[in-house]
Amino acid sequence: MKILICMSNVPDTTTKVRFKDGNTVFDTTGVQWIINPWDELALTRALQLKEEPGSGIEKVTVITVGLADVEPTIRKALAIGADDAIRVNSQATDAYDVARQIAEAIRSEGYDLIMCGIESSDYNNSMVGGMISEFLDIPSVSSVSSVTVENGRFKVKREIDGGKETLSVTAPFVAIVQKGIALEPRIPSMRGIMMARTKPLKVVEPVAPEVLVEHIRYELPPAKAKCRMVAEDNVRELVQLLHTEAKII
Amino acid sequence: MSVLVYTENWDGKFKKLSYELVSYAHAIAGMLDTETVAVSVGDVSDTELTALGKYGASRVLSVQDARLSQLVNQAYASVLYQAAIRENAQVVVMANNFTGKAVAPRLSVKLKAGVGAGVAGLPLSVEPFTIHKKAFNGKAFATIVIKSPVRILTLLQNSFGVKETGGVAAIEEFLPDLAEHDFRTSVEEVSKITGKILLTDAEVVVSGGRGMKGPENWAPLEELARVLGAATACSRPVSDEGWRPHEEHTGQTGKIIAPNLYMAFGISGAIQHLAGVSSSKCIVAINKDPDAPIFEAADYGIVGDAMKVLPEMIAAVREMKGE
Repeated sequence: MKILICMSNVPDTTTKVRFKDGNTVFDTTGVQWIINPWDELALTRALQLKEEPGSGIEKVTVITVGLADVEPTIRKALAIGADDAIRVNSQATDAYDVARQIAEAIRSEGYDLIMCGIESSDYNNSMVGGMISEFLDIPSVSSVSSVTVENGRFKVKREIDGGKETLSVTAPFVAIVQKGIALEPRIPSMRGIMMARTKPLKVVEPVAPEVLVEHIRYELPPAKAKCRMVAEDNVRELVQLLHTEAKII
Repeated sequence: MSVLVYTENWDGKFKKLSYELVSYAHAIAGMLDTETVAVSVGDVSDTELTALGKYGASRVLSVQDARLSQLVNQAYASVLYQAAIRENAQVVVMANNFTGKAVAPRLSVKLKAGVGAGVAGLPLSVEPFTIHKKAFNGKAFATIVIKSPVRILTLLQNSFGVKETGGVAAIEEFLPDLAEHDFRTSVEEVSKITGKILLTDAEVVVSGGRGMKGPENWAPLEELARVLGAATACSRPVSDEGWRPHEEHTGQTGKIIAPNLYMAFGISGAIQHLAGVSSSKCIVAINKDPDAPIFEAADYGIVGDAMKVLPEMIAAVREMKGE
């Protein structure tokens, strides 16, 4: 069996966000790019499954949509332990187009499980995984916090409102994974970094783009009004303010 | 033409969220000068269904199919797709919750409809269809244009509010055509926590961070939550340490919430935590460190020890409520 990890290249979570060209473009000057933390955990889980004796998983591939400048992030995924990688040579734009590019690139590759992180921390769309499943007409399970293999079949757990469900699902399928899928992302070893240089990275040309959503302008949030401070020994006043001024309790 | 809204039910009952979604859909229908049609799946009483009219739905399509008792993403997307085609929907509204996130992307592909995910307000204009929403984990806002003729919007819970317009919705039975092929996942086991206010539903949330020092100190925080009718939450280190269950973790990598009041005890307010709570209407912070970033995001603050402030706050709230 083969696992595919869909990976996005996102600004480091502590990045100070700035825009340029009249607030129409995200200013990438000085931005540190990382693997979307959720995709990194998905990759970690896939590698754990591959290493489990008898899991039947032979290969873990990562795929990303992006221009050549995303290759350092792909090499990092290879250093962590992915066997090979695919880059669809197109600027990532809206979720629909990214999902379509991935689906078209791997349609005939026969992956049994496709894993996507719950949301990429740049545009907060949480959409790509579900869209890929629909383009490929295969099942999808979202909010997945655990994936295991038992006797050649996948078992997944998903988080629902106020609880958890265990599901059986027919492969191939897409799992959109979230908190719990792996505890800590795997760190590349020195050997992994050396090996990553020679692992296969296939570049695939995109299909004609189809963009449904366009980002036309950005702005920074307005400065918040100053926090009103209340003395530690005057908690009653705070409760009164919440009642009479903010009118929320 | 119509605006279609998916109204989820919980054991046959609608929640405030369902009414908020209908209110929101109806406001958009007003901008498009068209009608609001709700879709309900499962066993819901006629009284409950017609009441959706109070918030602006003129009709409700009621779908009964035993196979839909579990959320199967593909099947639900198929139901909504067929409803959208039948009603010639220009906009489909769903919640930005578990179900919405599961179904909206599939529906987007079926309808070739662009998605505005996690919106918190009405479109700025419908021609072109322009939306203002958070981006980069709340560090910025983006203005986006959805160019497709059909659009899907997922609404952030508690961001629009419930608006009564009066009226009664007509019920129509709707039998979508579902194939075996649509049901390739099945639930084998369910474990549910009952009797607690769900974090995503709560209007008031009381939350604790590492400043609470240990799981043994949570009793007064839970007591405050009880007197306020609030849900409890926590920051990431607290759930990572196992002091509190993971489902309480709010932040970029946990739950993203927008209650009317969010009270943070002993939470420093790292940017990742703020990403999950910054849409709250009012934030109250109690922290020992006057330079903690939480005070930048808060509306009201006390520099002090959470363990000292909590009992006094419980007493003050009790007194105010006349308990």
